[in-house]
Amino acid sequence: MNNKKLEECFASLVEKAKKCFLNSRKTDVPYIYIGMATCGLAAGAVETKAAFAEALAERHIEAHIVPVGCLGHCYAEPLVLIDNPGFPPIYYHNVNPGKAGALVRAFLEEGDPLFEYVLGASVENELIPTVIAFPRFNMERRIVMEECGLIDPEDINEYITKGGYSTLFKALGLEPGEVIRQVLASGLRGRGGAGFPTGKKWKFARNASGQEKTVICNADEGDPGAYMDRTIIESNPHQLLEGIALCAYAVGAKKAVVYVRAEYPLAVKTMTTAISQARQVGLLGKEILGTDFNLEVSLFQGSGAFVCGEETALIQSIEGKRGMPQYRPPYPVQVGLWGQPTVINNVKTLSFLPAILKHGGRWYREIGAPDSPGTAVFSVVGKVVHPGLVEVPMGTSLRTLIFDICGGVPEKKKFKAVQIGGPSGGCLPNDFLDTPIDFDSLTQAGAMMGSGGMVVLDEGNCMVDVARYFLDFTQKESCGKCTFCRIGTRHLLGILERLTKGEGKEGDMELLEALSREIKEGSLCGLGKTAPNPVLTSLKYFRDEYEAHLREKRCPAMVCRALTAFYIDLDRCARGCDACVGSCPVEAIFTTKGQKKGIDQSLCVKCGECMASCPREYDAVRKVSPPELAPKIERPPEAKKHDQTDS
Amino acid sequence: MIKLIVDEREIEVEEGKTLLRACLESGVYIPNLCFLEEMKNPPASCRLCFVEVEGENKPAVSCKVEPREGMVVRTDTAAVRQLQRTALRLLLSAHRVDCRNCPSHKKCELQRMARFLGVRLKSGQLEYLERDISSCFAHPFITYEPLRCVLCGRCVFTCREKNGYSLLTFAGRGFDTVVSFIGERDPARHSCNNCRACVESCPVSAIFMKGSGIRGQGSGVSIPFPEVIWRTALSFFPILF
Repeated sequence: MNNKKLEECFASLVEKAKKCFLNSRKTDVPYIYIGMATCGLAAGAVETKAAFAEALAERHIEAHIVPVGCLGHCYAEPLVLIDNPGFPPIYYHNVNPGKAGALVRAFLEEGDPLFEYVLGASVENELIPTVIAFPRFNMERRIVMEECGLIDPEDINEYITKGGYSTLFKALGLEPGEVIRQVLASGLRGRGGAGFPTGKKWKFARNASGQEKTVICNADEGDPGAYMDRTIIESNPHQLLEGIALCAYAVGAKKAVVYVRAEYPLAVKTMTTAISQARQVGLLGKEILGTDFNLEVSLFQGSGAFVCGEETALIQSIEGKRGMPQYRPPYPVQVGLWGQPTVINNVKTLSFLPAILKHGGRWYREIGAPDSPGTAVFSVVGKVVHPGLVEVPMGTSLRTLIFDICGGVPEKKKFKAVQIGGPSGGCLPNDFLDTPIDFDSLTQAGAMMGSGGMVVLDEGNCMVDVARYFLDFTQKESCGKCTFCRIGTRHLLGILERLTKGEGKEGDMELLEALSREIKEGSLCGLGKTAPNPVLTSLKYFRDEYEAHLREKRCPAMVCRALTAFYIDLDRCARGCDACVGSCPVEAIFTTKGQKKGIDQSLCVKCGECMASCPREYDAVRKVSPPELAPKIERPPEAKKHDQTDS
Repeated sequence: MIKLIVDEREIEVEEGKTLLRACLESGVYIPNLCFLEEMKNPPASCRLCFVEVEGENKPAVSCKVEPREGMVVRTDTAAVRQLQRTALRLLLSAHRVDCRNCPSHKKCELQRMARFLGVRLKSGQLEYLERDISSCFAHPFITYEPLRCVLCGRCVFTCREKNGYSLLTFAGRGFDTVVSFIGERDPARHSCNNCRACVESCPVSAIFMKGSGIRGQGSGVSIPFPEVIWRTALSFFPILF
């Protein structure tokens, strides 16, 4: 009886959504889909969209412009997909306003798809090679990101039309226990970093006593270089919302909170719209789909502290207190928000659920590695040819991910290390490239899965400087509560800073190591427990670089300013060329007796502008470390006199 | 009563008390800073009260361990002492050691722990961390010395216990975290003029009464003292002045 009512409710909802969606879309006009997530906006998607609109109006062409989320190909933004009747849908990369105008003119008006701007077609055809042949497309396995960049994130009707919320409908016909069983069978592990089995967490929460259980979606993504959660919310918020509803139903929660960083204004806006749309059609609120399941979802904006991503600090933050982590146990599933049992899951974890419950736990379990089933979403940034969001099955090797999928290191430079897991993770060198990506292998190697930030470093990066950068971050973001994290990380930073300045002392490396271990052991929360990881792994795998900084006062990658110097190779410098003189911001470059150029080391700030401005055919500016290697070129006295007479 | 063995000695403890409290009450000293007996939920922030419980693979903070019947605890293993010494050295590296000019001299928790753990007050291995902190502590009667503060949070807790809400709070982040005052600044309307709870709870005299005869204090003290405040304060604390 109840099930029949549920079926009727859902069927009428789907019918209405389909009608709305199809009415809003004509079939015989061109569609222009523009990637307008934060990455697209940063690359100029707003201007591109305006250029399309203007060009269409000018030429009186009827076409639909649909803003969509991010496809994950951030290197190609602004990315545009044009679906012109009579042609296969075609992706265009780096579409600036100029290209937009040209595309309207040539493609939409005259039928010339402008092959020089094409990235590829989205389906097989005879005209244009498809993107599916690219490693970025065919080596990925998309579950969470399946619809990202393909559907309008602000249109619930499109999501429903494409089969969205059908899993929630299916789950509402099941016992909550059965939903948990499916999640347990899937072996899904939390994607926030620690990898705790999601099903187990839910079971604890289900069995915990408490009237007002809450589900919290943790979208307080703060790792430098990580933006998976943001993109997923901006590209497919309803998938997340469906996941939240499934979780709430399974654990018996009536309230859910989405905790989003305030620094993600677009994600906040998209999620707010999604929540209000879902409430409007009756997928949230009271008696959802005619059942007795009630769920209110609200959005909470974080206040900009990295540590609020830690679950107990996050709860404090929602309660209006200072975001400071609390001792666990009790875990939030026992005593959480307002003292009630609370399930906290990451955006990706929750976004997996619709797919898992649709295809069944066993289907999910078969993807990826045995102990870490499923796929992993990484934001690969740094020194790679094709940075962006990548979703690969767990167990894929780092080499495949970095070199095959993301195109390897640009400018023929040598790969040096990959930093996985953000400031809590570690740097893994070349030898670890064949490590499979899964929770346990990465932890064993000294890094960690983290939430999915991956920074690729090449030979131009100094590992001591990288460690210093991450420590600077964690040290600033420490909440100041516990001794080891508050003062210990400050000491680590101090030692690293003096190493990069060439002021290191004997015993510094041993001190770094000992202190790091103790901070890991003594700290209260995950932030302090993992903060020394970048130091420990870089010390372990790049000890020679530390030694060079300490003993030889040399920076092998020539990054640390205090340990490098620029000089001009007089054999290559061209007589009478002044290219570098104008580029120098501190007037450190002078003319030698032979009408060539020299650098006054006492004035030089080592910005590297002269190196960049030296014409390629001369290529006369050299960088050395330690600075003593730079040959001394005296400023000729007559030049000084000349200056004085001038003035 | 629960019986457990601490350092090969049997001790008894009432149910509901933490291991740290049980040990302290039985005369087994475990270094600690952020713990007060009244606390139901100690913050576990000072990271000093480590012990090793048999069957567990690493040291745990005893203020969060619930005693179990027959539990075997060691308070003085090498691993425990190592962590305690490091924690104390870290605290001392951020604490302005100027004992002779400090009201806590000879009754200071840091001095006590240093003696107990054999740690020098001015440690050599870890450099003293200079700080440029301007205290945002505009209280009419009380002064706060951030360079002395160990951020144990006792004052914040005590204030809340006394008033139901706390006029003191942590402010700032990371190494620049300080205790800050968020209450009434006008002494005439002040609710805490008769209460010295925070001052008394401070283990290192980082919070003390204004003009309490301590020389050489840095921030905050130099604010001129209007006569009104003098009189008000004088009427409440005649002994001090």
